[in-house]
Amino acid sequence: MSILKTEGLTYTYSAGTPFEKTAVDHVDLEIEDHTMVGVIGHTGSGKSTLMQHFNGLLRPTSGRILLEGKDIWADKKSMREVRFRVGLVFQYPEYQLFEETVYKDIAFGPKNMGLGDTEIKARVLECADALGLDRALLKRSPFALSGGQKRRAAIAGVMAMHPKVLILDEPCAGLDPKGRELMLRQIRDYQRRTGSTVLLVSHSMEDVAEFTEKLLVMSRSKLYCYEDTALVFRRAQALSEMGLRVPQIASVMGELRRRGYPIPEDVYTVAQAKAAVLSCLKGGSEAC
Amino acid sequence: MLKDITLGQYFPVESLLHRMDPRFKIVFTMLFIVMLFAGNSYLTLVIGAVFVLMAQLLSHIPLKMSWKSVKPILPVLVFTAVLNLLFIDSGDTLWEWRFLKITQGGITTSIFMICRILLLIVGSSLLTYTTSPILLTDAIESLLSPLKRIRFPVHEMAMMMSIALRFIPTLLEETDKIMSAQKARGASLDSGGLMQRVRALIPILIPLFISAFRRAEELATAMECRCYRGGEGRTRLRSLKAQPRDYAGLAVCLAFAAVSITVNILR
Amino acid sequence: MNASMSDMIDVQHIVFRYPDSEDDEGNPVKSEPILKDVTLRVQRGSFTAVLGHNGSGKSTLAKHINAILLPEEGRVLVDGLDTADEANLFAVRQKAGMVFQNPDNQIVATIVEEDVAFAPENLGVPPEEIRRRVDDALRAVHMYEYRSHAPSQLSGGQKQRVAIAGVIAMQPDCIVLDEPTAMLDPQGRQEVLETIHRLNREQGITIVLITHDMEEAAQADRVVVIDDGRIVLDDTPEKVFSRVEEMKALGLDVPQVTELIWELRQAGFEVPSEIITEDGCVGVLEALLRNTASGPDPDHR
Repeated sequence: MSILKTEGLTYTYSAGTPFEKTAVDHVDLEIEDHTMVGVIGHTGSGKSTLMQHFNGLLRPTSGRILLEGKDIWADKKSMREVRFRVGLVFQYPEYQLFEETVYKDIAFGPKNMGLGDTEIKARVLECADALGLDRALLKRSPFALSGGQKRRAAIAGVMAMHPKVLILDEPCAGLDPKGRELMLRQIRDYQRRTGSTVLLVSHSMEDVAEFTEKLLVMSRSKLYCYEDTALVFRRAQALSEMGLRVPQIASVMGELRRRGYPIPEDVYTVAQAKAAVLSCLKGGSEAC
Repeated sequence: MLKDITLGQYFPVESLLHRMDPRFKIVFTMLFIVMLFAGNSYLTLVIGAVFVLMAQLLSHIPLKMSWKSVKPILPVLVFTAVLNLLFIDSGDTLWEWRFLKITQGGITTSIFMICRILLLIVGSSLLTYTTSPILLTDAIESLLSPLKRIRFPVHEMAMMMSIALRFIPTLLEETDKIMSAQKARGASLDSGGLMQRVRALIPILIPLFISAFRRAEELATAMECRCYRGGEGRTRLRSLKAQPRDYAGLAVCLAFAAVSITVNILR
Repeated sequence: MNASMSDMIDVQHIVFRYPDSEDDEGNPVKSEPILKDVTLRVQRGSFTAVLGHNGSGKSTLAKHINAILLPEEGRVLVDGLDTADEANLFAVRQKAGMVFQNPDNQIVATIVEEDVAFAPENLGVPPEEIRRRVDDALRAVHMYEYRSHAPSQLSGGQKQRVAIAGVIAMQPDCIVLDEPTAMLDPQGRQEVLETIHRLNREQGITIVLITHDMEEAAQADRVVVIDDGRIVLDDTPEKVFSRVEEMKALGLDVPQVTELIWELRQAGFEVPSEIITEDGCVGVLEALLRNTASGPDPDHR
């Protein structure tokens, strides 16, 4: 079943001035429920603008956005309701923390939803746990936390609204490799446990290769494709023309394939590459 | 939306007015403002308009930019005009309803006020359109430098001003982003009574202040790393030097002022 | 001649801790040292990457090279000058320029060229000389065409190049960059890396690049890995990255190709270990596959 759908979605900045720019151009898209989606594209490709449409922060110049089959702009009064169902975590979300305690900050969204105290408490604890935030930190000031902890508190604040769709813009920016890996695992676990759809905007091809099932690729304001991750990385040439690259492994395997070695096309992680090379070595060409 | 506040944004094109010494341009602007407010007749406004028009042509600033600087103060303009229109009681009465009265004098005064404010805005925004903020601060620093003798921290003030100017776009962008982020968490910024609206600002102002302090701290370190040690012994990439054209400009400006004063006195 | 005379940076057994903090009850807590006996010599003209996870002490080390922080024990010499000597302060900062992570928070002026002029102005350089230095510095980072732009009109990568130009205008011998690409997109990252490699190659400027990105570190002459305030590895990138298990234990990554080769070695194949580039990996895999029955399939040619 599709959870988010766009029909001819178009957005033009500063229409009618010399600075006019179409940031999103006729995007038709249907995103399924329970999916981990990677969103990739060059800076300025329109991916951030597109994401801000999904929770109604921007209003399309033309076209529609359907959330569970309903046009989100049909009734302006229900916009807050839409924002609770489509959670958006901006880049460097730690800069939006403001409450006296981490607990209160995570509770900000749920409180705006009008939930009761018991429910709020359950959600705050659940999301803090999901992101590995020690419960002892909840009564501390968010400004006393480390960089990584602040980031987690901010993301927990959006997760606690239990959105059907969670959009994260570069949640790992500035984290070190260990922090990245852990954060991505926690996000994937959250997605699997809640059965929600997660849209992960990222510049790291290695990360999306490892953690997503489908990829949404934006290029020059248009939707280039929305397909299974494995299928997208076969198009190394097209991606590099868009200023994107494929994971190192995908390009090494592509080169071997070009040189005539029977490596399957959907190899883009280290584990897959190892298996592919081993099977070539053992079984000869008929195994590949 | 927030980024539309462009009053006083530098508009980089090549022109005589752009090349002029900013100190002189500040003096011209001051003279112009005095001229405008000392003037008491339409004739002085016409003189002022000719002056602005001349400067506008010399500046190569498109008229559209001037309109852009006028637009944000339109409500103020309308408000002033309406007040003048309704409460000035002189000359023939043209229309009356209960305590409201429109008179000949009211109409004249409101038109006069509108023209004066329009000229003021268009004229003074030419200064900021043709002068980069940093040159403007340099000029103010230079004009105020005699105050150094009474230990007034002229250099520090100028430095603070130019840093403030540098960070306005950055902080506006940041405000936009924080507002979006809090809206995404269901904060309602534009509904409810006054108290509710003020309370709704907290989630925006606190992150904004914290971010501003963090930026200030990082900037201070970066400045130290680039050997900043106050105004003592500092040289400048551009040192301000008056050229013949600046004196010529001053002469023209004084001539306009003289004509304007003469018109005032003769009347 | 003393060997240390040719060193650009000579860090000798430094220890550093931040001031004591307070716990929740307000009792003073003696803080742990961030740097515990760090010794590091950086040769003139070299390109050194300092790699470590967040909180490892790598940024604290960087701030010592520029006399923003002074060591509690030990000393730091920059071109032979002791950073702890107040009289050397500006000479040290002029010789070893510093570029920070956030491009927005290090640009002082509202116009690109005025910002580049900031340091020479502070140093009291005559105006004509400032003009020349500003133009040269902007050309060196390929930002000359943007000299009259406002910083807010630039992309992150461009801002960071302006920040680098601002340092070059001091005519430093060395630039220390503290995670200069952490906030940039891949294109901006590429621009900045190309710029610092070019400055190193063409102008012989010593580069110390603080990073947690292994791809950036892989392009350096030398990789110094810092963990918990100590230098734990110090070698060529090939040698450092081929120690895959150690790197992972330190919370760091290795290039995917290095990891693949390591996995194959674990599986018992005799392949060369020091591989950090895609080309190197293709070469090794091809050699391995060619020696088996499954060599190139003529139909795929």
